Amino acid sequence: MTKEHANWSPYDNNGGTCVAIAGADYCVIAADTRMSTGYSILTRDYSKICKLADKSFMASSGFQADVKALQKVLSSRHLIYQHQHNKQMSCPAMAQLLSNTLYYKRFFPYYAFNVLGGLDSEGKGCVFTYDAVGSYERVGYSAQGSGATLITPFLDNQLKSPSPLLLPAKDAVTPLSEAEAVDLVKTCFASATERDIYTGDSVEIIILNANGVRRESEQLRKD
Amino acid sequence: MPSEQKLGSAIVDTVFANMVSSQNESSLLSSEGDSQRTQYPYVTGTSVIGIKYKDGILMAADMGGSYGSTIRYKSVERLKQVGKHSLIGASGEISDFQEILRYLDELILHDSMWDDGNSLGPKEVHNYLTRVLYNRRNKFDPLWNSLVLGGVKNGQKYLGSVSMIGVHFEDDHVATGFGNHLARPILREEWREDLTFEEGVKLLEKCMRNLLYRDRSAVNKLQIAKITEEGLTISQPYSLKTFWNFAAFKNPTVGAEGSW
Repeated sequence: MTKEHANWSPYDNNGGTCVAIAGADYCVIAADTRMSTGYSILTRDYSKICKLADKSFMASSGFQADVKALQKVLSSRHLIYQHQHNKQMSCPAMAQLLSNTLYYKRFFPYYAFNVLGGLDSEGKGCVFTYDAVGSYERVGYSAQGSGATLITPFLDNQLKSPSPLLLPAKDAVTPLSEAEAVDLVKTCFASATERDIYTGDSVEIIILNANGVRRESEQLRKD
Repeated sequence: MPSEQKLGSAIVDTVFANMVSSQNESSLLSSEGDSQRTQYPYVTGTSVIGIKYKDGILMAADMGGSYGSTIRYKSVERLKQVGKHSLIGASGEISDFQEILRYLDELILHDSMWDDGNSLGPKEVHNYLTRVLYNRRNKFDPLWNSLVLGGVKNGQKYLGSVSMIGVHFEDDHVATGFGNHLARPILREEWREDLTFEEGVKLLEKCMRNLLYRDRSAVNKLQIAKITEEGLTISQPYSLKTFWNFAAFKNPTVGAEGSW
């Protein structure tokens, strides 16, 4: 007796790449704005970045319907937190919440590849990187999504991150200035766009620092 | 593409295994498995195209309802009004579209019963449809439709799309099914912000003609709907003029012998 196979998949990959870099007193979160399905482009102007709290921004690629549902769940949980605690959630707290939310659907996952970026309670940049089921770690920089394999080795080379095995632990945040980090991110996306068909159109960059939030946008190749 | 297919089918197979094992012998032999869940579409509509133009939204869809490879129904209205400000176009399973229209009817009714002078705009209706489709996908019982939702409210034009698994976005021009492959490229070249009504209709007809030539489930009987701040009109059905004497149609394998 052969088992019946479904002829539809509850998942789709809508592509895209996300990057975040933590600095001493800033954080850069970036994602391209292309949304695809199969070999078609659905739209060239779709934001993958969501503001979860004053100091927490999440960039997610993968299956767009799951990404949107995840953003909604976290936003509404943050609203409840604000009602109950009369303050914004810190970035490390949001990081734990995201992990728990993802693991909650361990047996029917959110097909979302997330990078959470923001400022911690000391004002230092923090970046958390995730897999689809909630495994996470705080890092100095991260890339996720279709272009991640192209960008990560480049970031490893440029940011010269210390080994996480060193004792005493060396600080992972980059000594680069904010302007240098933003320029590095633009270079990453320009390169990934050349070789990854799902990355392109434009890149949306969020810069978080003590003065607040800034948004930049840069055009990328549309082919 | 392969990895989420594997992930998807692994999860779906686990769910189906649990379902099948709890049933008796005879339904294991039946061809539908669990008859409560949607497995395949039966009567389907093909592409819908929508564009923003100067005064609002224009949408086009043909009137075909295919039953597999048979074009069974030729007067299916796939463009419908939703409340005061919105227009929906559906492709995919027609019976699921009829159910969606009943959901929307109830949504608009309850909104109107508040009697608060407010009414749901296209953005809200699009969001509602997205949630409905996504939640059905979560239960492994999808409404097998790709929908286009357009409208104007308080001078703001809105045009969005949502698929059967809940993938949604808004843009200046959208299309479902084959329209994504054949119509969107034309629209990317020729769409402009300030299209007049006549130019918009011509552009849609160009796309629909292209689909008629190349989509085997297309029929030559279509409607075009227009929605503006003032209101909505859906045209009477009509046919497009076609030309079949292109050299490429008459001699398709010139320069590529052995091809088709």
